[in-house]
Amino acid sequence: MADNALFQFLLRMGDNSLILGHRVSEWCGHSPVLEEDIALANTALDLIGQTQFWLGLAGEVEGKGRTADDLAFLRDAWDYRNVLLCELPNGDFGQTLMRQFLYDAWASVMMGRLMTSSDERVAAIAAKASKEVAYHVERSGDTVVGLGDGTEESHARMQAALDYLWPYVGEMFDSDEVDAAMVKAGIAPDPASLREEYDALVGKVLGQATLTIPTDTFHHKGGRTGYMHTEHLGHLLCTMQWLQRAYPGATW
Amino acid sequence: MGQPSVDTIWDWLDQVPDPEIPVISLVDLGIIRDVKWEGDTLKVAVTPTYSGCPATSVINFDIETALRDRGIEKLTLTQQLSPPWTTDWLSNKGKAKLEEYGIAPPSPKGEPDRCPNCGGHNLERTSQFGSTPCKALWRCRDCLEPFDYFKCI
Repeated sequence: MADNALFQFLLRMGDNSLILGHRVSEWCGHSPVLEEDIALANTALDLIGQTQFWLGLAGEVEGKGRTADDLAFLRDAWDYRNVLLCELPNGDFGQTLMRQFLYDAWASVMMGRLMTSSDERVAAIAAKASKEVAYHVERSGDTVVGLGDGTEESHARMQAALDYLWPYVGEMFDSDEVDAAMVKAGIAPDPASLREEYDALVGKVLGQATLTIPTDTFHHKGGRTGYMHTEHLGHLLCTMQWLQRAYPGATW
Repeated sequence: MGQPSVDTIWDWLDQVPDPEIPVISLVDLGIIRDVKWEGDTLKVAVTPTYSGCPATSVINFDIETALRDRGIEKLTLTQQLSPPWTTDWLSNKGKAKLEEYGIAPPSPKGEPDRCPNCGGHNLERTSQFGSTPCKALWRCRDCLEPFDYFKCI
C-alpha cells in the first residue's frame, strides 16, 4: 500500500512535467521570435528530462518492469495523473507563458520542499530539478510582467489568460490519501501547505504585471486523481504516443 | 596488460571531448564524478548537466568507446544525480578554453565578466537560453558581436 502511494505520487510528479513538457514542445518552430523559440524548446527539454527521472523511479517502485518510456507512451488518458493545468491548450503565446508561470511557481516551491524528502532518490531528483525550475520561473515571471505591464493589447491578453487559467490553479494544492501517506512517510509535503508561499510569489509577480487575480475560489479538479481529465489530454496523447501505438516496440 | 591506474583512466577521460563543445573535455566539464575499480570491473559515475540534455547518451557512448579502445573490457557506467551538477565543477583549464573558443565562461555573479571576443564590458543579454541547455545568448555593445555565455548553475 505504501509503495502504491509512492508510485501514485511519482506518477503525479512525472506526468505533470511530461504533459507540460510536451505542450511546450508544440511551440518548436512556431514562436513569435527565434529567442523565444529556443527558450521554449529548452524549457520543454528540461521538463521532459525531469520526467525521465520521475517516471523511471515510478517504474522501479512499481516493480513490474515498466520503464519511463513504457509509462509515457503506453498508458491511456485515464491512467495519467497530471493536474489539469498542464494539459490545457497553448492558446496564444501569452497564455502559454501564463500557464508556465503558474506551474513554475508551484514547482519551485515543491522542489524546494522535496529536497529534504526522507526518500533520497526523491530528494536527488528534486535537487536536480530545482536548479532548472529556478531558471524557468525567473524567465516566465519576467515575461508575464513584460506582457502584463506592456501594451493595451498584451495586457488584455494576459488578463484573459489569467482569468482562463486561474480556476485550474487550486488543483495543485488539493490533498488526498496518497498525499497523507507521503506526509506520514516524510517523503513529500501536504500540497495544501505550499499555498501560502505560492500565493506570496504569484501575488508579487502578478501585481508587478498589473494583472488582477480572479476572486472566485472555485477550482476544477480530477487530473491528479485521474477521476476525469479534460478532453484536451486525449488529443495530446494521440500525437505524443502515435509512433509507439502505430509501430509497437519501435526503437532507434 | 596490467590494470591501468585510476589516474591513468582520468587522463584518458580528459582526452574525450564534450560532443557539443569539443574544445573542453568531459573531465573539464566536471561531469565525471567517480572512477574506481571493483575487482576487474571499472566503474565510472557520470552526472548529467541538465536533466534533458540530449548529449547525455552521446557522452556515455563516447566514454564507453574511449575506454574500450584502450582495452578496458569490463566497464559499468552509472548515472549519479546527487549532488546535482554545478558549473563550479568546471576546471580552470576548461574555463580558459571556453573563452578562447568564444564562449564566455560561467561567472558567480550570473552574467559574463567580459566579451570573449574583444574583452569589452558593455554587454547585454539577448536570450536566457541558447543553442544548448547550458548556454545563454549575449551581445557585446563594444564590438557588436553576439556570443554564447555558459550559464552559471
